[in-house]
Amino acid sequence: MHIEKRKYYFDQSKGMGIIVKTITRLTVGIVFLYGINMALKGHLTPGGGFAGGGMIALALLSLILAFGKEAAIKNINRKRITMIATWAMIMFLFLGFMGLMGGNLFSTDFSNTDSRFALLGDNIMPLFNIAICFLVGSGIYTIFITLIMLRVRKGEDK
Amino acid sequence: MIELYILLILMIIGSIIALEVRDLLSSVILVGTVGVCLSIGFIMLKAPDLAMTQLIVEILLVIILIRATISKDVRFISSKREFGIFIVVIGGLAVFINLAEEVVKNLPIFGKPIMWVSQTYLNNALMSKEAVNIVSKISLDYRVFDTFGAMIALFTAVIGVLAIGRQRSRKKD
Repeated sequence: MHIEKRKYYFDQSKGMGIIVKTITRLTVGIVFLYGINMALKGHLTPGGGFAGGGMIALALLSLILAFGKEAAIKNINRKRITMIATWAMIMFLFLGFMGLMGGNLFSTDFSNTDSRFALLGDNIMPLFNIAICFLVGSGIYTIFITLIMLRVRKGEDK
Repeated sequence: MIELYILLILMIIGSIIALEVRDLLSSVILVGTVGVCLSIGFIMLKAPDLAMTQLIVEILLVIILIRATISKDVRFISSKREFGIFIVVIGGLAVFINLAEEVVKNLPIFGKPIMWVSQTYLNNALMSKEAVNIVSKISLDYRVFDTFGAMIALFTAVIGVLAIGRQRSRKKD
């Protein structure tokens, strides 16, 4: 996510002060990567797809709060993020239908190899975690963007 | 176990003050402290998955509530509480507790659950070759349709917010 330095960094009217902007530029990448890590290792460590997706959404939200909404909406607008949420839901549906058709995906150890500590072994849990992570992250970001873009105009009811 | 009771009393006090205080910003911050106390309580009951999710959801809630309350004109609440509604709520609670007395008597003791279904899940998940995290194994494999319902609820919420908060209505175009 590239932020144009001269336009948004020194403009004091948009977003917060310059100290907050500098700290946010340092920390937002770390929070984002930790969210991805937590979602991918959901079957090994505490956490999972929901917490990872929420952490990714929090990274994007801190970007909006520090730099103002124009900086973030310019790169990730509402149409793109809604498309990501929709495709994540379709991915979840596809995994469920695969379990119905194929039979031996759920509630059984369908492989003979021992993939207990593998990151992407032959089990179905990482796929579910990735779908949940996409859906939760893009969904919370969509709700926040819609709420801050919403403007109630007085006197238009009549 | 005494720490858990201290946390519960703190949560009750925080909730009552959050209801009674006039300033909306103080109320939102008090709701955040109740969430943090709940997260620490989950860690004490040995559920780190729930504690992590609770903390993240609480941060999101506080950010959205602050963003929604500060920018509006209404910052202080100055309405008096009606006495009739209070009496109706107290009467309803008394009737409900009277009706639920038999159920509350027969509940299992805290810390000693009935292990009819859970014991099977625990035995099978400990023997499985796939996952180390048993909570993830249960919620994404044995009970994956529960997770599916939760995701459908979230997706419906997103669609509802998008439909209410769109920029212009479709008829005018």
